[in-house]
Amino acid sequence: MGAFFLLPIGAMFEFSTRGNGINAPRTLEAWSAIGTTPDLVTAITVSLQLAAITSVAMLALLLPTMVWVRLRLPGLSRAVEFICLLPLTVPAIALVVGLRPIYVWININVTDSILALAFAYLILVLPYAYRSLDAGLSTIDLKTLSEAARSLGAGWGTVMLRVVVPNMTSAILNACLLSVALVLGEYTVANILRFENLQVAIAYVGLTSAGTSIAVAVASLLFAFVLLMILSFVGRRRQPSLAAAATDPQYLTAGQRT
Amino acid sequence: MTSAGSPAVTIAARPTRGGRRLPLSWLGVVPFLAYVALFLLLPTAIIAAGSFTTLDGNLTSSNLSSINQAFIGKAFVGSLVISAISAGVGALVGAILAYAVVTGNPNGILRRSVTSAAGVLAQFGGVTLAFAFIATLGTNGFVTVFLKARGIDIFPNGGVWLYDLSGLTLIYLYFQIPLMVLVFLPALDGIRPQWREATESMGGDTWHYWRYVAGPLLAPAFLGCTLLLFANAFSAYATAAALISQGGVIVPLEIQQLLIGETGRTQPGFAKALALAMILIVAIVMVLYSLFQRRTSRWLR
Repeated sequence: MGAFFLLPIGAMFEFSTRGNGINAPRTLEAWSAIGTTPDLVTAITVSLQLAAITSVAMLALLLPTMVWVRLRLPGLSRAVEFICLLPLTVPAIALVVGLRPIYVWININVTDSILALAFAYLILVLPYAYRSLDAGLSTIDLKTLSEAARSLGAGWGTVMLRVVVPNMTSAILNACLLSVALVLGEYTVANILRFENLQVAIAYVGLTSAGTSIAVAVASLLFAFVLLMILSFVGRRRQPSLAAAATDPQYLTAGQRT
Repeated sequence: MTSAGSPAVTIAARPTRGGRRLPLSWLGVVPFLAYVALFLLLPTAIIAAGSFTTLDGNLTSSNLSSINQAFIGKAFVGSLVISAISAGVGALVGAILAYAVVTGNPNGILRRSVTSAAGVLAQFGGVTLAFAFIATLGTNGFVTVFLKARGIDIFPNGGVWLYDLSGLTLIYLYFQIPLMVLVFLPALDGIRPQWREATESMGGDTWHYWRYVAGPLLAPAFLGCTLLLFANAFSAYATAAALISQGGVIVPLEIQQLLIGETGRTQPGFAKALALAMILIVAIVMVLYSLFQRRTSRWLR
């Protein structure tokens, strides 16, 4: 069983260190070629920027809404949850069909920068971010905390930044790491909308020099591994309940909470 | 007129005064709702509307009836078959693996390493996964070369099945099995040792326990998880796109060809009709899944 899962990863290492001839010695040429392939370098920078923008925008949009709904509009909480989990039932390849006309409009009227992809990515990360933030919010007594802060004269901005956020750092970190992992691995939307992000670039470079693109693939895979490892560590150390959530399938995958 | 009008005014005024807070607090969710409406609901609406209209906006059912063509039918069958097989096999193997894990120490090293590895592998997909398999089982792959040197040709008669439906199914198993481990573990955890003891004290043996106690309790969870795996495989696109450069073996690849190929320009509604069909299938599967989940949670929680 372990062999089935480890073999492909090992084979990628083997492949990316092959020399040019049949009996050529092992070489790290393919790895060093990453830095000298301009397409890859720009794609890596762009994907990292997209990951950062998506995470920040996700927090800015979702966290205040969730806090507000919990405090003032509890009747809406089911609706917000439903909306946030909706992207799970719309396959990305189907969603992009509907997004394309919108992106044509954005490209003409707003910007043709690749960073506009963040709009779509924010939708894709909604379910994962929602679950992780929801788990975090349910561990704190939001009502008491915010009322205490308000009665001491704090404005809503202070409540959010100095009361809510410090109380759920690990949930916020979880949501961000999941968003980063998703954005760095995203191929569908970028490819169909003709933007060259990291995964699209890997696929392109793979057409001309398989070794280099497999080297990048290994690197991006290791990066995702590290991110998810951090995630499970953060969860374990800070809050036991979140440790369970980190390995909880419900928010790793398409599950409907009942 | 006036005598009838004034009470009506006072009645109408009260809810306005009492409800003044409501419209204001609603403002708090407006940015979120506006964003979701623009980037999630509007695309869905575009798909739904586009499926039923022609280029000039007239109503038509030709987009949907185009699905009935032979090559599209083949793509749908391909998608359904690959999803069904990878979900079925993935669910079986994953369930066995999960059972092996759950019988061990709950805080032991085995369980910890398997669950975190599964968490990582279930996310591992797309282009990277396709490349991993090309490096392993491609014509110059590690295993292919290794076996060839020992006289075993895994691609007899030059048929490279890796770039085929069967290869794709094998690759999908790579993320389906870990996913099954993740989603099935909580159900297995819900089984109490007391139930086994109760069966034994009433004279039942292992067969009775599995047939009449654990089996019926786990069946809804197992079926639900299988459906989840099915939806997961059905929506997957990136792996197939990176692996198969031409030909629409499965529906997502067919959509891709319509969108970025030359063929789609003439009939833009067709891609939308395919997308709509995909959404409907996944939505039905997910509704069934949540029904099974509800059934599961009655006993296993």
